Amino acid sequence: MEFRKGLAAGIPIGLGYLSVSFSFGILAVSEGLSWWQAVLISLLNVTSAGQVAGVGIMTSAGGPIEMAVTTVVINLRYSLMGISISQKADRTLNVPARLLVANFITDEIFGVTCGRKEDASRNFMLGIAAVPVLGWTLGTLLGALLGSVLPSVVASSLAIGIYGMFVAIVVPKAEEDRTILRVSLIAVALSCLFWYVPVLKEHVSTGFAIIICAVVAALIGVFSGDHGKKEGEAHG
Amino acid sequence: MDNTRFFILLAVMVITTYLIRAVPFILFRKKIENRKIKAFFDYIPYTVLSAMTFPAILYSTDSIIAAAGGFFVALFLSYKKKSLLVVAIGTCLATFILSFALHMAGSL
Repeated sequence: MEFRKGLAAGIPIGLGYLSVSFSFGILAVSEGLSWWQAVLISLLNVTSAGQVAGVGIMTSAGGPIEMAVTTVVINLRYSLMGISISQKADRTLNVPARLLVANFITDEIFGVTCGRKEDASRNFMLGIAAVPVLGWTLGTLLGALLGSVLPSVVASSLAIGIYGMFVAIVVPKAEEDRTILRVSLIAVALSCLFWYVPVLKEHVSTGFAIIICAVVAALIGVFSGDHGKKEGEAHG
Repeated sequence: MDNTRFFILLAVMVITTYLIRAVPFILFRKKIENRKIKAFFDYIPYTVLSAMTFPAILYSTDSIIAAAGGFFVALFLSYKKKSLLVVAIGTCLATFILSFALHMAGSL
């Protein structure tokens, strides 16, 4: 039952991944990896920004230390997400279950899991991961093999889908909760600073910028008054 | 790139990615009681996604104008509480139609 609920929740994510990982497949091959290397990277990592950076290091003169440091910085947000999912975990999500599903914590799986009213169980997490991991791997394979065949206007329009999905996670929640609306807008404003102010753009990597924007915006929400209370009391 | 180097770098990447996900997920198993810390972790999902989406969404396709159109369609459909899949497809479709139209206009 929980597994099936998870499976259903994972289908739109998996379809989104199919298109995004398609672009990753194209990118990896165009940078000089072979198709099976691109597929292996996607199957084992299941990250977007982290993989793109990883391929960059592999195909330049990068070494293991640069790889480790870059991966940590870009993927640090998953640590925060893991703690957030912990807050919604029920008893079936024990240590062995967590070891099993940990690698499936992605932005979207996390967003959907935390956006639900229900607790997160082991079977839900396994279910929600199934289609996205398949879609992510399959999309990479298709992109690596067929990338050069597709007209660029089609390929480029597919790449935006994942962001549409992010919008669909944030907006309904922001409509319900004023503080979430406020912190989301603050995060966007900060992210624009990192994007458009040259000094910041040149010196702060994408992974770091996201962490700084997210943490600062959330902290402003926490210390600006009417937080948390309704959340705990409405459901509890 | 030779296979030995690929597999070494792949292993470093995979192990680091796994640890950064698994370690905090396993260590922080207790529910947080402190209201402020709890609120922080309630907000984090939305601030992360917001920061990742804007302005990056504008540069995710060939044309900023087409992407902006897709973004507005995403906002509208989400505001109307459409499902994730509907919003994602609507966003892609709007972007595709706009970039196709711009492409045609450009080639006239």
